[in-house]
Amino acid sequence: MNIIVCLKQIPDLQQIRIKERKPILEGAPLIFGDMDKNALEEAVRIKEKVGEAKITALALGPAKLKDGIKEALAVGADEAVLLMDPAFAGSDTVATAKALAKAIQKIGEYDLILCGEGSTDSYSGQVGPRLAEMLDLPQITYVRELEVKDGKIQAVRNMEESFEVVEADLPAVVTVAAEINEPRLASLRQILQAARKPVQEWTPADLGLAEEEVGEKGAAVEVLSNLAPEEERKQVIFSGELDEIVDGLVDALTKEGVLGR
Amino acid sequence: MAEILVFCEKDDVAFELVSKGKEFKDALGMNLAAALLGKGAAGKADEYFAYGADKVYVSEDAALADFTAEVYAEALYQIAQKNGTEVLLVGSTKRGKELAPRVAQKLGAGCITDANDVRVEDGKLVADRYALGGNTVSSETIKTPQKVIAVMPKTFELGAKEAKQGEVVDVALDLKEPRTRILERREKAGETVNLEEAEAIVCIGRGLEKKEDLGIVEELAKTLGAELGCTKSLCTDWEWLSEERLVGLSGKKVSPRLCVSVGISGQIQYTVGIRGARITVAINKDENAPIFAMSDYGIVGDLYEVVPKLTEKLKSL
Ligand SMILES: Cc1cc2nc3c(=O)[nH]c(=O)nc-3n(C[C@H](O)[C@H](O)[C@H](O)COP(=O)(O)OP(=O)(O)OC[C@H]3O[C@@H](n4cnc5c(N)ncnc54)[C@H](O)[C@@H]3O)c2cc1C
Repeated sequence: MNIIVCLKQIPDLQQIRIKERKPILEGAPLIFGDMDKNALEEAVRIKEKVGEAKITALALGPAKLKDGIKEALAVGADEAVLLMDPAFAGSDTVATAKALAKAIQKIGEYDLILCGEGSTDSYSGQVGPRLAEMLDLPQITYVRELEVKDGKIQAVRNMEESFEVVEADLPAVVTVAAEINEPRLASLRQILQAARKPVQEWTPADLGLAEEEVGEKGAAVEVLSNLAPEEERKQVIFSGELDEIVDGLVDALTKEGVLGR
Repeated sequence: MAEILVFCEKDDVAFELVSKGKEFKDALGMNLAAALLGKGAAGKADEYFAYGADKVYVSEDAALADFTAEVYAEALYQIAQKNGTEVLLVGSTKRGKELAPRVAQKLGAGCITDANDVRVEDGKLVADRYALGGNTVSSETIKTPQKVIAVMPKTFELGAKEAKQGEVVDVALDLKEPRTRILERREKAGETVNLEEAEAIVCIGRGLEKKEDLGIVEELAKTLGAELGCTKSLCTDWEWLSEERLVGLSGKKVSPRLCVSVGISGQIQYTVGIRGARITVAINKDENAPIFAMSDYGIVGDLYEVVPKLTEKLKSL
């Protein structure tokens, strides 16, 4: 069985600073998105269950991926394909999905393509469904339980009003929800072994894509502005004896006029 | 004439989009149409006209009996291509959000999901959505000739119904059976909580050790006349509370007079949901928790001591 897991590196969102409403990304370390890690973990669990499987980690992003991908290889991916050419920079969901789909076709053998239900930063949820469309595959999104059996998958999806149990033949695209599993951490031995696993780097030309089709030039959405909302809070902290601080809070809330119905 | 096409599997959300669509239609000089798909679609036409649709496309094709993104995307694609759809507005419900990119891909169109505002600026549609996990709001426009925008429910107000007639077009679609088969649907315990309209909200987070302890926060909420909200794990992982109570990026954006966050660290995906609150209060035992930077008033302390004490004081007022 061949499983491809799509991963996106994002800035650590808790470490983004805001200066004059602009986000400062420098200094925020790059990490894989939470649900991308869930997708990888699920691939590793499937491999443990079915025995014979190859997991390919596929990622598009900046040159730092070369370092970051080691984490995915240590956790259980068998090999990696990286799309780090500068021409890919500025890709939106369309340009990203196009490059990933071409890479998947170039990898050639795939039964299951796993993504997070959204990236942790923009959470637009577009890449999975776009991949499914480009590769002409069924899509199963928001998956919280997954089982692979006899060339089929059965999944439980977390929808608004219900849990929906669905089935599809492989190959298929599956996007996972955060609650599907608890991603493991790699052991020291796995981290050392990861260094020996094969990593390929492909350019747009390797994928048969012209430079205009990828990156910012291939993007269909233009960002006009990206600013933090204005926000000011009083940040009054009460300290001291429990009785006093609770009194202090109740007084403050009374003065604000927010108590009572 | 170019057309704006509205679709949502939840009619009440589609009506919000149709209501707002009237404004876009005038500004962009387009027609306003809606797609009604699946069983019972034909009977809904009049209500869509009443909210402002000029035209509805109706199909009760057997392949549309259950919602699957794959087949619904194909249906909308065929309708859009045949009728000159330039703008496709769908509801950014979970189903709408998996549908929008798939139909956009068929159309070769750019797509924006989870839009929380859409407006016309200089003759172009501009949509806002949260970016960087909620740290920022990104204003975006789509460059392709056809555009797909998935709009969050409750972004636009429902317009007043008018006595209006429109054109019903029965469309013949060429659809294949869906490749995903629905085996079972387990309904979630139905609970209707209207956090968006609550005047006061007490939110509880992972600082709560076990489900049995919910009582102490419920008691505080009751005393404040507040609704109970929560962070992600409590509803999606542990299922202590219904997802209707989730506050944040993937939950409700609330705007009460008072919002008290108890045992919540204040990660951006949560705090984006309480930005609209007038006064915010945090109770957390970690003085360095980021929630305090988002709070007007804060108490550093153990919720198991602070919450009962606070409830007691409020009761004695
Ligand atoms: C795409 C995406 C979307 C998301 N959407 C949402 C969303 O809509 N809503 C949401 O909430 N989360 C969302 N999350 C998850 C979010 O990132 C955080 O993981 C979550 O908000 C953390 O919840 P928490 O603050 O309750 O838990 P934690 O971060 O674990 O914080 C618990 C806090 O409780 C405090 N505490 C512990 N014990 C006590 C005690 N006895 N007394 C007082 N304080 C105590 C601790 O000091 C700590 O600060 C999303 C994540 C992603 C990736």
